[in-house]
Amino acid sequence: MISEPQAVTTRGEGLETAAVGTGASPDERPDRQRSRMSDAPWMAVGIAAVVVALLAGVVVGPAGPTWWRTALELLDRLPLISIDSGISDAQWNIVWQIRAPRAVLGGLVGATLSIAGAGYQGVFRNPLVDPYLLGAAAGAGLGATLVFSVFREVTAGWVIDPAPAMAFLVALLTVFVTYVVGGAFGGQRTGVTLVLAGVAVTSFVTAVQTFILQRNVEVVREVYNWILGRLSTAQWGDVRLVTPYVVVSAVVLLLHRRHLDLLRVGEDEAATLGAPVARVRLVVVIAATLGTAAVVSVSGLIGFIGIIIPHFVRLVAGAGHRRVLPLSLMFGAAFLILADIPGRVLTDPAETPIGVVTAFIGAPFFVVVLRARARS
Amino acid sequence: MSSLGFVSVSVDYGRRRALAPFTTTVHSGEWLGLIGPNGAGKSSLLRAVVGLVESRGDVLVDGSPLTLRTRRRRAELIAYVPQLPVIPDDMTGFEYVLLGRSPYVGYFGSESRHDKAMAANVLERLELTQFAARRLGQLSGGERQRLVIARALAQEAPILLLDEPTSSLDIGHQQQALELVARLRREHGLTVVSAMHDLTLAGQYSDRLVLLHEGQRVASGPAADVLQAETLAEFYGVRVTVHHEPDGTVVVIPRRGLEF
Repeated sequence: MISEPQAVTTRGEGLETAAVGTGASPDERPDRQRSRMSDAPWMAVGIAAVVVALLAGVVVGPAGPTWWRTALELLDRLPLISIDSGISDAQWNIVWQIRAPRAVLGGLVGATLSIAGAGYQGVFRNPLVDPYLLGAAAGAGLGATLVFSVFREVTAGWVIDPAPAMAFLVALLTVFVTYVVGGAFGGQRTGVTLVLAGVAVTSFVTAVQTFILQRNVEVVREVYNWILGRLSTAQWGDVRLVTPYVVVSAVVLLLHRRHLDLLRVGEDEAATLGAPVARVRLVVVIAATLGTAAVVSVSGLIGFIGIIIPHFVRLVAGAGHRRVLPLSLMFGAAFLILADIPGRVLTDPAETPIGVVTAFIGAPFFVVVLRARARS
Repeated sequence: MSSLGFVSVSVDYGRRRALAPFTTTVHSGEWLGLIGPNGAGKSSLLRAVVGLVESRGDVLVDGSPLTLRTRRRRAELIAYVPQLPVIPDDMTGFEYVLLGRSPYVGYFGSESRHDKAMAANVLERLELTQFAARRLGQLSGGERQRLVIARALAQEAPILLLDEPTSSLDIGHQQQALELVARLRREHGLTVVSAMHDLTLAGQYSDRLVLLHEGQRVASGPAADVLQAETLAEFYGVRVTVHHEPDGTVVVIPRRGLEF
């Protein structure tokens, strides 16, 4: 993954130089050609990353058939191809009912956290903002804690799994409170007041959660297992549950990529250029929060990815949101699917929480990218 | 070609009055220079026009109140160059100037071929084509300032508001930027309102000066009338000599010591 994007970057820089060189004949409009030519390869790299990651996620695993038999079986299932892979139905079930939903769910979670992170960072013009900033994570944690402790009996009869449902609802509620509080800081609601409100509301909600846990010590382990991330129990049902929210969130964010570029000159200047700043901020925050809350409620908290992937994309492909948003989506999906693989193979059968693996792989990887970039 | 009218426009920040009711009409193609010490209300007046601060009274474009128009339509009429533009370091010059086309792009739309041609054309006319593919972070202050003006021009608005457009530039680039605005004003009949600190430059380029002090208009008229040593001493608290060149240029020279 490191070498591919770098190759494209070099090509991009070559074009840049060419564009400067032809600056004397303005009829050729070098910059327009540049932007058109350099977007497509990036999208191709992104799609390829997702496909490779999905294949790896489905083919590799501790139990079940060996990787090459799975690969043959996948080929066999393509139209017009018939290969005898020697895989039994039971083995195929491991691939299709355990690995595939886990890889797909990992992809959806990674994609959503990354694009939501990129969206929040764009709208608040702060590259260190993560998708949990406005309280989505704290709210989800509180929601799950409530289900495991005080509401255990109340929610026992629910048709749907109460923990994700409550996590989702309390996460949305928490962000809503942040938004309302952020507007109450003496008049105007700006990016800064919202971030500050997020800090305050997050601490408050976390305090409530800690208080409840303290009084129900017996559920601490259960709650923390839930919070630390659970891709391992992924089923197609989880995928079906989050897909609508993930799709709506991603589509809305992608539709606002031009507005996020406009916001790069600040809210004031964007407003003088005709941008409906307050509405863009509200819509982007809602979309990013909806996606974040949905994936957090099925996967638990997976930190790091919402900051690191958009950063990585900006470093290698530039900071324009026309690239940052779609590439964060694709690289985020690929990254989380791949990051999930060592966790289930290396320490099998006791699995490492995915959040630990993302940080463990992601942090050194990011330092390498930063250093490589600084040298060039 | 548009006129810009102010009818009792006032700005308050909480209880502090930043601008007392201000009334004047800037005629189509006129250059109005706002001068006055820091905190006099120059920026507040400009920011009131583009709706960045709440204000009372009416701002009229060609006689009709701006508040009746949509935000996008307003951006088609008025381009604003702020005192300290936010410069995204990793944006290219072309992308930056293209932002000026935003008022013409639909909510979910993207810039048309025409918008891109327009941005390229502005860069070409301002001799900035060599910066099209360069990142803003790599450019000098003067180069960026010219791109900021280019972005405002890409907006194709008949009214141009400049808030201290040259405060960060050396004398050569100051002259270059102002000459550029003056040329474009001649070519396109732009109506210009600028807030400036350099009194000599303000007098040289403006048709009319308005001197603001603590939110009040205390003097207005041609440079020769407004830029008088006594007036400047009273409101800026400076000792200056005012020198009149044969061509009508008014030169304001600060003095040292107690000779005044």
